[in-house]
Amino acid sequence: MNDALTFHFDVDGENFVSAGQASVQVKKNLRELGFPPEVIRRVSIAMYEGEINMVIHAGGGEADVDVFEDRIVIVLTDRGPGIPDIDLAMQEGYSTATDRVRSLGFGAGMGLPNMKRYTDEMRIDSTVGKGTVITMSILVNNR
Amino acid sequence: MTIAELRDLLDAEVLCGGELLDRDIHSACGSDMMSDVLAYVKDQAVLLTGLVNSQVIRTAEMMDMICVVFVRSKRPTFEMLTIAEDSGIAVLATKMRMYEACGTLYANGLGANHTP
Ligand SMILES: Nc1ncnc2c1ncn2[C@@H]1O[C@H](COP(=O)(O)OP(=O)(O)OP(=O)(O)O)[C@@H](O)[C@H]1O
Ligand SMILES: [Mg+2]
Repeated sequence: MNDALTFHFDVDGENFVSAGQASVQVKKNLRELGFPPEVIRRVSIAMYEGEINMVIHAGGGEADVDVFEDRIVIVLTDRGPGIPDIDLAMQEGYSTATDRVRSLGFGAGMGLPNMKRYTDEMRIDSTVGKGTVITMSILVNNR
Repeated sequence: MTIAELRDLLDAEVLCGGELLDRDIHSACGSDMMSDVLAYVKDQAVLLTGLVNSQVIRTAEMMDMICVVFVRSKRPTFEMLTIAEDSGIAVLATKMRMYEACGTLYANGLGANHTP
């Protein structure tokens, strides 16, 4: 089967309360489709981290999820400030989060490394002043 | 231990998810940093926290947790309880502080690791 089931979400950058809604919906959809719990968990955590990042660092964006039988591909696109040094941003503990974001329970600099850890493939395309596209794939029969 | 036993140990109030009280829990974690919960937690069923916002419930849901306990008498919003109900997460509130609540549960056999 080559046809993917696709889901599209607009992620509101003004609304911290609603952040994560897309990830919750994807989790529900994958459960209904009968994917193994471990796969669903990896997709959920990676997508949620990315979705929160779009809200706290980039003023929102879009999330597209393609569901194939053997893999799930998540594409997160934003028109935020971009990431000047991706290697640095990938380091555990590196964060530019404000005190306000920290008071909301985020900003430990763990999100991007965590996304990498839970996915089989992750690519970051980012242009300063233009935005960031993060593509993550999770293979279904891996692990 | 069950969520009901946890409730009794913490003298906690059940704010939603009363139907989950007989569910078994084997381990818990305590944190005000959702980043850390997402990065370090594995298979813990219960989250104790002093942080109050909707991302606490969403983080718990992403981690497949079934119970969130607010310490220091923190009260979640109605919206948070709605999200929790949708996600099948029991929400409790206790007067205890984080250290005391975690210590009480730990001393009564609820570990940090998944040990059924
Ligand atoms: N979509 C994005 N747009 C712009 N910058 C980003 C984006 N995502 C991440 N960054 C940058 O990379 C840094 C590291 O991101 P990461 O998710 O690892 O940590 P964090 O979001 O700061 O904290 P945590 O994820 O632990 O809550 C961020 O602090 C920010 O500077
Ligand atoms: Mg992050």
